Amino acid sequence: MHKFANPTFFMRIANAVYPWAVGISVLCFVVGLPMALVTSPPDYQQGETVRIMYVHVPSAWMGLFVYMVMAGGSAVFLIWRHAIAHIVARAAAPIGAMFTALCLVTGMLWGEPMWGTWWVWDARLTSMLILFFLYLGYIALGDAFEDQERGDKAQALLALVGSVNLPIVHYSVEWWNTLHQPAIFGMSGFSVNAAMLWPLLTMVGAFQFYFIAVLIVRVRAELLAAKIRTARFSMAAAG
Amino acid sequence: MQALSEYFQMGGYAWFVWPAYALAAAGLIGVLWASYRAWRAREHEFAALKTRAEDAAPP
Repeated sequence: MHKFANPTFFMRIANAVYPWAVGISVLCFVVGLPMALVTSPPDYQQGETVRIMYVHVPSAWMGLFVYMVMAGGSAVFLIWRHAIAHIVARAAAPIGAMFTALCLVTGMLWGEPMWGTWWVWDARLTSMLILFFLYLGYIALGDAFEDQERGDKAQALLALVGSVNLPIVHYSVEWWNTLHQPAIFGMSGFSVNAAMLWPLLTMVGAFQFYFIAVLIVRVRAELLAAKIRTARFSMAAAG
Repeated sequence: MQALSEYFQMGGYAWFVWPAYALAAAGLIGVLWASYRAWRAREHEFAALKTRAEDAAPP
């Protein structure tokens, strides 16, 4: 596993994965969007608003998944001091924040026609909002420290501490009373009809591979930024 | 034609369904675009630094 910590090796793998991630994501969008918007059936209770699910649920899953990537990278960084793990975590954060924000706004657009309210302060919605703030805090903390090493450590710690929120988000619909419907994906498999499950899974695939592709682009940028810093430093030292 | 306009009305929920997809597209494309631009900018910056270092180096 530690072989992956070598940035050159890591980027060689990432560069090989990149075209596949782009291709699969585009393919899933091309197949998934017509299914989500046209061919999938309206819900017998929710009518056409059920189509919001095909962007809302993938956003929610990705909001949680990206945070897991971030927390995992931060743990590897804190334990083994692998810089690349921190770079991956940093690169993932803005993408995760975007997914979480999407989850919140599409949820509001679904909540108003179905529940009669844009927002309720129940456990699921509130814990998802906290997840969004955790992302924002993590991103803001990255530039808050004069000493970069300390800043990196503080960021990684915040990501780890914040991960207690993940099970709260996931189980909130079981632990507390809520307007929110129960989870689609659980121990007993999927609780959705196949006509809706396939478009949903295709959209999840599209979002997932979108994340991998954009993450690689962001990691490239972060690694270049580090190279530029070192080059500047050695040029200044050389006079 | 009527079927098409009926489709876009989304059973009366057009103002909820379409904005949800529009915002999703805006978010996904926005982050993609910003990330790609930042990467290209770093690449140009690094290339410029390299040529400067080569020019400064003694022959």
